Amino acid sequence: MVGLPARGKTYISKKLTRYLNWIGVPTKMFNVGQYRREAVKIYKNFEFFKPDNEEAMRIRKACAAAALKDVSAYFTKEQGQVAVFDATNTTRERRAVIVSLAKEKGYKVFFVESICDDPEIIAENIKQVKFGSPDYVDRDIDEAMEDFVQRIECYRASYMPIDDEKDRKLSYIKIFDVGSRYLVNQIQDHIQSRIVYYLMNIHVTPRSIYLSRHGESELNLLGRIGGDSGLSPRGLKYASALANFIRSQEITDLKVWTSHMKRTIQTAETLGVQYEQWKALNEIDAGVCEELTYEEIQENFPEEFALRDQDKYRYRYPKGESYEDLVHRLEPVIMELERQENVLVVCHQAVMRCLLAYFLDKPADELPYLRCPLHTVLKLTPIAYGCKVESYFLNIEAVNTHRERPANVSINRDPDEALQTVPDHI
Amino acid sequence: MRGSCHPKNTRDRAVCMTNCPTLIVTVGLPARGKTYISKKLTRYLNWIGVPTKEFNVGQYRRECLKIYKSFEFFRPDNEEGLKIRRECATSALNDVRQYLSVEGGQVAVFDATNTTRERRGTIVKFAEQNGFKVFFVESVCEDPDVIAQNIVQVKLGSPDYLHCNSDEAIEDFMKRIKCYESSYQPLDEVLDRDLSYIKIMDVGRRYLVNRVVDHIQSRIVYYLMNIHITPRSIYLCRHGESDLNIKGRIGGDSGLSARGKEFAKHLRKFIQEQNIKDLKVWTSQMKRTIQTAECLGVPYEQWKSLNEIDAGVCEEMMYEEIQEHYPLEFALRDQDKYRYRYPKGESYEDLVQRLEPVIMELERQENVLVVCHQAVMRCLLAYFLDKTANELPYLNCPLHTVLKLTPVAYGCKVESVYLGVDSVNTHRDRPENVNVQRSTEDALQTVPAHF
Repeated sequence: MVGLPARGKTYISKKLTRYLNWIGVPTKMFNVGQYRREAVKIYKNFEFFKPDNEEAMRIRKACAAAALKDVSAYFTKEQGQVAVFDATNTTRERRAVIVSLAKEKGYKVFFVESICDDPEIIAENIKQVKFGSPDYVDRDIDEAMEDFVQRIECYRASYMPIDDEKDRKLSYIKIFDVGSRYLVNQIQDHIQSRIVYYLMNIHVTPRSIYLSRHGESELNLLGRIGGDSGLSPRGLKYASALANFIRSQEITDLKVWTSHMKRTIQTAETLGVQYEQWKALNEIDAGVCEELTYEEIQENFPEEFALRDQDKYRYRYPKGESYEDLVHRLEPVIMELERQENVLVVCHQAVMRCLLAYFLDKPADELPYLRCPLHTVLKLTPIAYGCKVESYFLNIEAVNTHRERPANVSINRDPDEALQTVPDHI
Repeated sequence: MRGSCHPKNTRDRAVCMTNCPTLIVTVGLPARGKTYISKKLTRYLNWIGVPTKEFNVGQYRRECLKIYKSFEFFRPDNEEGLKIRRECATSALNDVRQYLSVEGGQVAVFDATNTTRERRGTIVKFAEQNGFKVFFVESVCEDPDVIAQNIVQVKLGSPDYLHCNSDEAIEDFMKRIKCYESSYQPLDEVLDRDLSYIKIMDVGRRYLVNRVVDHIQSRIVYYLMNIHITPRSIYLCRHGESDLNIKGRIGGDSGLSARGKEFAKHLRKFIQEQNIKDLKVWTSQMKRTIQTAECLGVPYEQWKSLNEIDAGVCEEMMYEEIQEHYPLEFALRDQDKYRYRYPKGESYEDLVQRLEPVIMELERQENVLVVCHQAVMRCLLAYFLDKTANELPYLNCPLHTVLKLTPVAYGCKVESVYLGVDSVNTHRDRPENVNVQRSTEDALQTVPAHF
């Protein structure tokens, strides 16, 4: 990363890291400010960052070096594929150190520079993320603001933005004014191309994303997975309740998305607004197990059933899909969700788990066990570096469709053990 | 006041591509690749299902002026020439309006130099009056080698220079470029900061992207940033003949027949003889493509997206069985093979959507061999050869035949190499009678022979 303080570097770093991990590229973030906080237990004031503070300079260089050492360890010992080095990196000298280290070790370098001179945006940044920072935990707001502004000044004099001429051999993207303009130079490969595409699609306009499953379906009642059934009477009631809930939220310009399956379409119909159908939002394909109950799966495919419990994320139903496949087909949905503002997505259990894992940064082994009960709307609102979640149960009873990982996942287990965690059904 | 916008119904399109039609406007001196980009972009957008048409003002000028004498036509002080050129641009814009507002087009690519701020201002006003969004694509290049290469590739063959020898043509064309240079006002970071545009510099080394406002512009930018003009070839072939192929059964996940294995060996020999630099090999995740690639003895990458079309309830059936069990479905498929979706399966239209990341990566790559399946290969071929949705499901992609695609000028050269190993024919043409009431005989009229 490159840029003055409060230009969104950490916001971008965290978001990019979250996205890359979700699409299956092992990525880790290294925030040099964190290293500095560990080295200098107590932050006094902006004087630490003055360019003539030799003692501090020494510490800051050492922190950057320590972070870079950890980057190497991440690549060589932990099989990381992408490391995000989050610091100001505002001088040509500092960037040259990084480029030369990368060259030595055979890493590709891609710079992401954030340039912004809009005082309102910078003030908003400072409010959103700096006041809550450990550096200012004992300060009042005005003091903190004043100190931080001085801190930015310390960097300004020595700031050398990436130069179009001198740095024309480097690979980089320059983001101007929170995405109003981009300059992209020398993209080397697929992952850099994907990173650029992602960075060019995200925005910081406040908005909320509503995630919900379809209303309870006929097959849900029977404890059967998959299929393409319609809503049960309670499911229809949920659709009405959802319509009321959405109206009460008074959302501007809400987009509504569903899958191509009857149960989500029926749910959205009741809302009385236009909705878009995405095939990519269809429920996970259970292949040979489509429309079976868990009991039937255990009876007919006991080994498959056990294998699934052993690695629910990667397990692919015969002639069907895995959660890993689902993530792959949901990627364009996520990209479009990033572009959009207020959206309600009416989808399915496995699909919702994948989307939720993206927004809440859940790893692959937690994803297939995230709780996404019927008749509950999750409202996700981006704040600071993450996502606020509000859960609304709309008070219409429904079956539970959540099956926990049983204690015994061995292929040789008894049917009882296999079916230990199956939720009730008719 | 904004003009009409198309009301979008909830079709099963992945996402609402545009609320209002989009006018893409190229900008740049002659021989900067504007027409290359226009044609390629148009081809890509049509393939992903966005009705797009290009309008090349040079064409209009050629129609108007039957005979091109020399560069003098383009001199900035040639009033007669300027008048004609302005009229041609206006005529093209009228056709744009017709296409976007009346004929249901979604994107129009206005391919001309558009090198002055004044001209671009006129276009922006035109778009505002008609309710079109505008996105500029400017190509800036000062590398004399690249420009010379462009001229050789596409200008020498132009109708303008049919009767000149190469040297004369090049000399005239260079003078033509000069005519534009003095009045060229590139898109300016400050003056044009409210416009939406991408500036492509030095054939993709650098891009400046300003004010991308919607999904389609974002997709266009992503595409433009992934294409390149480094010479290379793409090899497309199907897996070797499979056991299910021999039985006349569709889909499934069977292994290669004896003849299929023979083909794999021939394929290895063919690839070796081609002497290809840094060849990447891609397969699907189905046995038959993997077995075929294994034989090549080089690393290969498996893409689930390259899996054959999912025939749902018809998986592993013979056409005779499909006719017996699902005669209605069988007829519906013949009526609209591109959009028809097998129950619990996929349509060709779905296939195109799942192949889009494959195409994007093929654009980024250089030499690639794709070992895939009949329906998949038809979709990929349709992209490279600009075939319509109607033609796509009937493209001929026989077993044991490699297609070598090499980009040339504005299109793609195709060389078809049959590797000399016999196989069944799996191509079923559209029968004459596609009526749901048709007889079994009529339905099975075009089914290829099998065991």
